[in-house]
Amino acid sequence: MATTVGVVVFPGTNCEMDAVEAVGGLGGGGRLLWHGDADLGDVDAVIVPGGFAHGDYLRPGAIARFSPAMAAVARFAADGGPVVGICNGFQVLTEAGLLPGALQKNAGLKFLCQPTTLRVESTDSSLTGSAELGAELSIPINHFEGNYTCDERTLARLRDEERIVLRYVDNPNGSVDDIAGVCNEARNVVGLMPHPERACDDLLGSADGAVLLRSLLGAA
Amino acid sequence: MRFTVLVDISLRSGISDPAGATIERALPVLGYAGIEGVTVGKTIRFTLDAVDADAARQVAGDLTESFLTNPVIEDAVVTVEPA
Repeated sequence: MATTVGVVVFPGTNCEMDAVEAVGGLGGGGRLLWHGDADLGDVDAVIVPGGFAHGDYLRPGAIARFSPAMAAVARFAADGGPVVGICNGFQVLTEAGLLPGALQKNAGLKFLCQPTTLRVESTDSSLTGSAELGAELSIPINHFEGNYTCDERTLARLRDEERIVLRYVDNPNGSVDDIAGVCNEARNVVGLMPHPERACDDLLGSADGAVLLRSLLGAA
Repeated sequence: MRFTVLVDISLRSGISDPAGATIERALPVLGYAGIEGVTVGKTIRFTLDAVDADAARQVAGDLTESFLTNPVIEDAVVTVEPA
């Protein structure tokens, strides 16, 4: 049976169908999960997709993290289930405390929508298990608040524990230590600002995101 | 008792503030000189019921820390006064 990936939809989410399409193209089955539902059903993995959950009011992710679905996602993650937050989904996961740090506004004042090159820094995570260490992937970003920051102690831990799973080759937004994606201690929860679901077909300019989502399906 | 609460939120030192930087950059064009250190934050106001000022400060402080701010990037000053 196809691996089922639950894709959480908040009011203001706008990348959910991209995620469902991408997962479907890789042989999985994407299933939309409404944020107000406290039960994820029998999903094998979860994607918290991009967009502007609750209009990004107060802070990106600040209100979304109180949704009933997020309590269920936290339980799913605690049980070892693979969870990936993409862009706004990364912001939601940091606000929810499932990942460390925060995403501040980009250095240089601009909203950024462009291809970026990412380097795979660890293959020990639910999003990078099928990738090659050191591989460079072309995957687009589309954000205003994607500048990853955390205190020095947290950064030291992330480095020591090799939890920085993806770095920008040419840092576009000012993120500390070129961080594009990090994972939690158990390595089953990963957040990244770039959009792998938008880079799963050569027609879109790159299919390099497929190896990441294939990793997620493999981790499920 | 009813209290009014003002939460004054600012970005922590070193956190990117493009709104503040953009305003500061525009000032010379408008003919203003010598203005520095422009920062943009936000204020949140509400009223709440509590038995006394200490209890009101406790609730407002907890709410500010757990929801209204993200301590990784923001600081806040909470002011509580009788309504």
